[in-house]
Amino acid sequence: MAAAVGMGQQWVLVEMVQAFYEAPAYHLILEGILILWIIRLIFSKTYKLQERSDLTPKEKEELIEEWQPEPLVPPVSKDHPALNYNIVSGPPTHKIIVNGKECVNFASFNFLGLLDNEKSAAQASLKKYGVGTCGPRGFYGTFDVHLELEDRLAKFMRTEEAIIYSYGFATIASAIPAYSKRGDIVFVDEAACFAIQKGLQASRSNIKLFKHNDMTDLERLLKEQETEDQKNPRKARVTRRFIVVEGLYMNTGDICPLPELIKLKYKYKVRIFLEESLSFGVLGEHGRGITEHFGINIDDIDLISANMENSLASIGGFCCGRSFIIDHQRLSGQGYCFSASLPPLLAAAAIEALNIMEDNPEIFQTLRAKCERIHRALQGISGLRVVGESFSPALHLRLEDSYGSRENDVKLLKRIVDYCINSGIALTQARYLEKEEKCLPSPSIRVVVTVEQTEQELDKAASLIKEAAKSVLN
Amino acid sequence: MELSAKKTFIEHFEQAPMYVAVLTFVGFGVGTVFGYLRDFMRAWGLEKRNVAQEREQQKDFVPLYQDFENFYTRNLYVRIRDNWNRPICSVPGPQFDLMERVTDDYNWTFRFTGRTIKNVINMGSYNYLGFAETDPNALKTVAKELQRYGTGICSTRQEMGTLDKHVELENLVAKFLGVEDAMVFGMGFATNSMNIPALVGKGCLILSDELNHTSLVLGARLSGATIRIFKHNNMQSLEKLLRDAIVYGQPRSRRAWRKIIILVEGIYSMEGSIVRLPEIVSLKNKYKAYLYLDEAHSIGAVGATGRGVVEYFGMNPNDVDVLMGTFTKSFGAAGGYIAGKKGLVDFLRTHSHSAVYATSMCPPVAEQIIRAMKCLMGLDGTTQGKLRQLGKNTRYFRRRLHEMGFIIYGNDDSPVVPLLLYMPGKIGAFARRMLEKNIGVVVVGFPATPITESRARFCVSAAHTREMLDTVLNALDELGDFLHLKYSRYSKSSHPELYEETRFEFED
Repeated sequence: MAAAVGMGQQWVLVEMVQAFYEAPAYHLILEGILILWIIRLIFSKTYKLQERSDLTPKEKEELIEEWQPEPLVPPVSKDHPALNYNIVSGPPTHKIIVNGKECVNFASFNFLGLLDNEKSAAQASLKKYGVGTCGPRGFYGTFDVHLELEDRLAKFMRTEEAIIYSYGFATIASAIPAYSKRGDIVFVDEAACFAIQKGLQASRSNIKLFKHNDMTDLERLLKEQETEDQKNPRKARVTRRFIVVEGLYMNTGDICPLPELIKLKYKYKVRIFLEESLSFGVLGEHGRGITEHFGINIDDIDLISANMENSLASIGGFCCGRSFIIDHQRLSGQGYCFSASLPPLLAAAAIEALNIMEDNPEIFQTLRAKCERIHRALQGISGLRVVGESFSPALHLRLEDSYGSRENDVKLLKRIVDYCINSGIALTQARYLEKEEKCLPSPSIRVVVTVEQTEQELDKAASLIKEAAKSVLN
Repeated sequence: MELSAKKTFIEHFEQAPMYVAVLTFVGFGVGTVFGYLRDFMRAWGLEKRNVAQEREQQKDFVPLYQDFENFYTRNLYVRIRDNWNRPICSVPGPQFDLMERVTDDYNWTFRFTGRTIKNVINMGSYNYLGFAETDPNALKTVAKELQRYGTGICSTRQEMGTLDKHVELENLVAKFLGVEDAMVFGMGFATNSMNIPALVGKGCLILSDELNHTSLVLGARLSGATIRIFKHNNMQSLEKLLRDAIVYGQPRSRRAWRKIIILVEGIYSMEGSIVRLPEIVSLKNKYKAYLYLDEAHSIGAVGATGRGVVEYFGMNPNDVDVLMGTFTKSFGAAGGYIAGKKGLVDFLRTHSHSAVYATSMCPPVAEQIIRAMKCLMGLDGTTQGKLRQLGKNTRYFRRRLHEMGFIIYGNDDSPVVPLLLYMPGKIGAFARRMLEKNIGVVVVGFPATPITESRARFCVSAAHTREMLDTVLNALDELGDFLHLKYSRYSKSSHPELYEETRFEFED
């Protein structure tokens, strides 16, 4: 027995060939047929169930004939509240002509009143460069004015580097997807503006919303994430985390609690992206934004993004921060690489605005005083309540109680706005895309304070709004 | 009008000989090997790290960039990055001034010497009609509007940002294109990325060309609709997708699609090819789909009076459902527009993301577009000379390049001329040597183009004189011999009928 097993273990090639010759013919033929059958099965097409029930060409034609698509766009009724725009004749400065009526401007975000002061710089730039840049930054669209503006912004904000975009909305919407990709986690405030929402959508990351300005809610989410991480430490090591907040929220006029956020940043190792469109040029002793307001070291914030369309009264946006972070956007910021650069006259206007801001730091105090004045004056209007911090230049007036549906509220607010426009104060309702917003804010009237408004005008506006509210809501 | 309709459609996509592809891969391979070597040396401290580093306090955070993602940037792009982002300090006309920029550490950092390189011939800016000019007479109205309105708007279209200038511009654009209504936006890129999501949503199908621009791709992704790609300018591929979509419906649920929209561009900027508009329109009518045409490069540059590919093919603007374009290229300004039926534009006025959340176009820029458009329409007395000049320049330039033996892609009438370089080493050499000869060119490589097809892209302008073009062509001739760029197998012949080689075969 042992000998036979031993022999089996020494099965040698020669003996295999011998066995081959000694096998009977039918055996070989059978084996050969089986091998050929296997080869055929391996190389033949797989048998799809679908093909058995595939449609005949005639049936396909019938389906193609029958199919009816929806119309490209649904019809819009003539009295849609957003269809008829207010048309401004002439520049949207302090005194504005809306729909033919002359009013004081309480609706344009021209906080520092710089719209009139940048013209000479822009004219000089127009003479030298023409209007457009005819190319993206990579292909001869980089002008010396762009480099100068980036330099000045970086110096002003005291960061290493700044990068400018040619459109305010595209700034944060391109910055977020450049860093946060699929699989990363972003904690964002509920009241974040639409541009941030679009940036998050483009990034395809996991979005976690926390209640507006609620640090305990945020901490709860961070703790939950921490326990998740412990279950899968390998994945956690490569998942980037970000918190996206605004300095001064456009939708609510509140300020974000930055010192607590910094503490949470170091505790849970999350990076902070700060959107400062409303707070740049408004908060802080020199207008450097919320970091100056709270006295926080600017290097603690990973990325600050702002648009130049509010305080700087130009067009475009910028991001600033350390070179380690900002340089990455020069190759992966979509709105930067694939879009034409900012027209030089707008960049020159922004530089001029920065000059004025640096030379006149007292305008920020003046602006704050005016904001506080109107905030006080608007308190106590029956039917309307003021939403926003006392030093925020962009306030909201919301209805105390809703009058049934959102549509009704919007109509009532429109009547108040029309009353004010007819009496010489230009206001506007805050506009939203109702179906697209993640957390739709309630309808409101936007009240914007600028340095150019005199105290009489502020008082007049407040009393007019009181009058309007009384006549419309009662 | 019939004379301007093209009867012949000649496009070239000649393939280079096989050895070229092999050598290209070898070139990338060598670059990669050296890249690994360099990374190794940097990791072990044998070589200085030139990239900015993370903060000390944040070293234990999850790394922001994966090392591998940046491998290409660190080791291949940086070596030749002096050919991009070249700063200029004059108007981007047919000639411009470059700021002289040198590097002491192999392109990791640059410094400006303070000198300017004057009168470099500009073959890179999108200045097709030559409206990038500083002539005070031409810019008179723009300067006036700038003085009147200033630069900012500080509000959105739906709030307080619609000026009378915008209304004037929109009416003019609608008249120019021959459609019912138009709407303008502040940024061309944003026009696509903010309006496509308003037009389509979940349950719709987007059929997008392979080589569509990033803005179209981003808009399609943000909309939430299903995206299917068809081969570049390939009508059979598109028809197959259309039939399958209607017959089989949505994947898994088999429900019918709510609507199908086809996204194409007028002129594709990397290939120089023109869309096959008559065939697409007939397909779209047959299968009841909608057509979105992005005329970023073609508006103002093709067609007898500059109305874009619709006029080029002699078609009716109502054949296209959504006409989109930008003002950055031919009009020398900034911004974009969408035009079409009044119902469409009304819908966009109420539902476009840009109308609600983004600032409107600035008035001096709007005035520049108005004056350029009036000039094109002949409303201010100046002639149609610009378009004729552009057509002449384009044809001359392309013909001469074919004769010299370079491989050029694209349609004979497109002012975008890609010249194929293929090998990575030649990208840097070509651009640098052309700059030494005082000519500014644009070179593109991976990832904007396929990895084996790096190219130099020329943008012919109506403002280029024959002398300038001849200077460029002579320089190209010399450089082509020096760098062995004349790969074409049909060289040294001036009979265009021989060049009827298209990449896609059709039975029409």
